[in-house]
Amino acid sequence: MHEWALAEAVLRSAEEVARKEGLSRIDELVVRMGELQQIDPESFDFALRQTLGKTKVRIEKESAVFRCRPCGREWSFADARKAMPADEAEFVHFVPEMAHTYLRCPKCSSPDFEIVRGRGVWLDRVVGERDEKKPRGS
Amino acid sequence: MRKSLAGLDPRPSVIEERLSSIGRIIPVTGGKGGIGKSVMSSCLALCLRKSGAKVGLLDLDFSSPTLHVILGAPKGCFPKEEKGIIPPELHGISFMSMAFYSGDRPAPLRGTDFSNAMIELLAITRWGPLDFLIVDMPPGITDATLDTLRLMKRAQPVLVTIPSRLALETLRRMVRMFQDLRVGTLGAVENMCRDTNPLVREEMARLQVGYLCEVRFDPSLEGALGDPQKLLETRAVRDLEPAVNALSALG
Repeated sequence: MHEWALAEAVLRSAEEVARKEGLSRIDELVVRMGELQQIDPESFDFALRQTLGKTKVRIEKESAVFRCRPCGREWSFADARKAMPADEAEFVHFVPEMAHTYLRCPKCSSPDFEIVRGRGVWLDRVVGERDEKKPRGS
Repeated sequence: MRKSLAGLDPRPSVIEERLSSIGRIIPVTGGKGGIGKSVMSSCLALCLRKSGAKVGLLDLDFSSPTLHVILGAPKGCFPKEEKGIIPPELHGISFMSMAFYSGDRPAPLRGTDFSNAMIELLAITRWGPLDFLIVDMPPGITDATLDTLRLMKRAQPVLVTIPSRLALETLRRMVRMFQDLRVGTLGAVENMCRDTNPLVREEMARLQVGYLCEVRFDPSLEGALGDPQKLLETRAVRDLEPAVNALSALG
């Protein structure tokens, strides 16, 4: 389960933020999940739960949008995904940049496009209790 | 207390942990393409494995990966998904390449995309305990080199060059950058030698870079690609022995 590795990264990152901000506990995490990576939210949530315990996790989904550099056309992954074979979608799931291998601009067929949004996993917010006795960054 | 992060990329925070059970991280690099970095990386990995070390091999040349060809990766050789991805074992070497995902299709990646793909691969790959991780680098001091130094802080490069003023011209710049960043190199391999030209030895001495060995031009090498056993029997691999011994001695 590849989601496990990403969940671990989110945890380590949240722990770093908590340490820097002097939080004694983490109450809530807000994670943004880009559509392109096609993360299974249930597996991801399950992996987070193994260590997080009572911490609330809010997962916000973000649609993936591409913009062609040569012609400027914008299009969505949702549209492109419909015509994509399962194995290619799986490769993009592991490494989202593989979109440049398997997708093309619908207007000019260029592989030179920007992933405008919705690439992968981001940690957007950490909510917790600050221990006033604990200096920040310790 | 609420800390808004406006999108913090969590992946880099786990990379050090993923690499923590690796003894030595050795990027095999050089200034120019076509000087034999990939063949030298593969041969170093095979020789270190033969000597009994636990070895990983990572192909960082995302746009032109070739290590799977050199090692003769069979069809069906693919990473296993288990709390991340576990590199398949090929001839006793843990092997990871973007070719597993791109197949034989082009992967045209700009700088940001390259960095993102590299961070992703390092964040999700579980190498397990290794004595050496050999990293085959694309040529020059581009994103791959900068990201390697940024994300694999213990990297100790081995330099590859050929006896050509052009290759040395670019290598000199690379060495200078490593020295500016206080990155210690493990030395240089002079590849494709045809005569006893002191050019590279002298230049390495000037740059204060150790000279590991001279690998003579070996016409049998091309025919051995794809067959590790044959590769290990080539003159090129015999010539590489001082470099293998030097790396083995590092432990």
